[in-house]
Amino acid sequence: MAYFDAASAEPLHRSGREALLAALDDGWADPARLHREGRRAQLLLDQAREALAAEIGCRADELSFTSSGTQSVHLAVLGAVQARQSATRGPGHLVASAVEHSSVLNAADWLARRTGTAVTLAGVDHLGRADVAEFAAAVARERTLLACLQSANHEVGTLQPAADVAAACHEAGVPLLVDVAASAGRLPVPEGWSLLAASARKWGGPAGVGLLAVRKGTRWREPYPSDDRENRRVPGFPNVPAVLAAAASLTAISRERPGADTALRALVSQIRAEVPRTVPDSVVHGDPDARLPHIVTFSCLYVDGEALVTELDRAGFSVSSGSACVADTRQPSHVLAAMGALTHGNVRVSLPRDVSAASVDEFLQALPPIVAKVRDTVRAANAAAPYDPATPRTA
Amino acid sequence: MSRQQRNAQPGQKSGAQSGVRRSALGMGPRPVPPAGQAAPARAGAAPTLTLDALGKKCPIPIIMLADRIGDVRIGQMVEVLADDPAAKTDLPAWCALKSHEFVEAAALPAGWSFLVRRSY
Repeated sequence: MAYFDAASAEPLHRSGREALLAALDDGWADPARLHREGRRAQLLLDQAREALAAEIGCRADELSFTSSGTQSVHLAVLGAVQARQSATRGPGHLVASAVEHSSVLNAADWLARRTGTAVTLAGVDHLGRADVAEFAAAVARERTLLACLQSANHEVGTLQPAADVAAACHEAGVPLLVDVAASAGRLPVPEGWSLLAASARKWGGPAGVGLLAVRKGTRWREPYPSDDRENRRVPGFPNVPAVLAAAASLTAISRERPGADTALRALVSQIRAEVPRTVPDSVVHGDPDARLPHIVTFSCLYVDGEALVTELDRAGFSVSSGSACVADTRQPSHVLAAMGALTHGNVRVSLPRDVSAASVDEFLQALPPIVAKVRDTVRAANAAAPYDPATPRTA
Repeated sequence: MSRQQRNAQPGQKSGAQSGVRRSALGMGPRPVPPAGQAAPARAGAAPTLTLDALGKKCPIPIIMLADRIGDVRIGQMVEVLADDPAAKTDLPAWCALKSHEFVEAAALPAGWSFLVRRSY
């Protein structure tokens, strides 16, 4: 059995688990209350906020806790755009790369529908990297209220030119949301952001903790009924034990990172090299070098990705397919589509920190016959001749 | 909301990404038009073979094309009719992977017609 879906959720780190269990006893009370139990919860929450702010490089009062990375993105996008919209100057313009997480695209879509905000999706190259010139030109358009760029792509692992885009946004006076969900805890946070979103379960924290940071001086207005919690940015009081666990996990993995990431990077390189060699008609996506250490997506021609995931699961390998969060809609992955890549038959392998090299070897051994089996199943169901890679199908 | 603004919306659920920028779809110089338009008159040569993959989910349209492209001579064209939204990306991507020429895509009342020229 091997779990290869760390990009959806990294298993809870040992330090996070210990912190969570301790905090269930010490941090359960409402941190806004003045009694002993409340003050203790507030103290723990303050410590966690200081630790997480230090890790991502911001002030503690710039950082708020939400219930997920998606909620952080929604609050960041809606709050930043609506703070700069006005009746006299119109609904404005928003720029995002075409390969952002669906939470960014959905928030942009919501603004377009509800307020008439114009949305430009800036294109990417075949590796999935945002085109800086195109992005900068879009940002320079009149009444651009917000730009959104991920630090790295959650599906193919390609790093984004966040520093160059941040410089262009700074020049145009446009705030930049950097979604660091895919890279937090694995790579340094890029400089130059105005708003930042992250999710703890991607770095081995518990589910249900998102980070939202708003730089001092960035205009932002609460998009929902306001509340006095979390700097008036997030409704409801935060899950203090989970926040403590998120902080403990991130602190621990930052310490362990250099060695762990080198090992993951080598294993992903092995997958990138082996799959095209052992699986006929397969292609590996994303940048081979400027990438996240732990994520790789490949596509196999003539198979259905979901069937492949099901067969791999049966063989004991947990992987994902499609554009992560939108896979259930049966729409093709918007990330692969924007890259001009094959959108069917894709598998995302994302290695957790404690992965064994032996399990990756087993996966690489198991994959070719499983792909062959799924190919034959698909063809039998459609009354086509069995798949035979030895017969050139295009000659 | 103006048409232009509406067109600029990402994440449309209809599958017809009519207004999303062409470069964002990574289709290169030939955009795939939205389904539901009247078929335009086609310039140039007609396809030698037409494969009807309407109602079939990807990867079936690609499998049909891969199986049958050898039935036409080099330089001749195969037309694939398909209505799975994934075909809009997968037909051009398959052509790029297999070094065949993706000639064009045209909208049908439901789905698209894709023209592929056998290159070798």
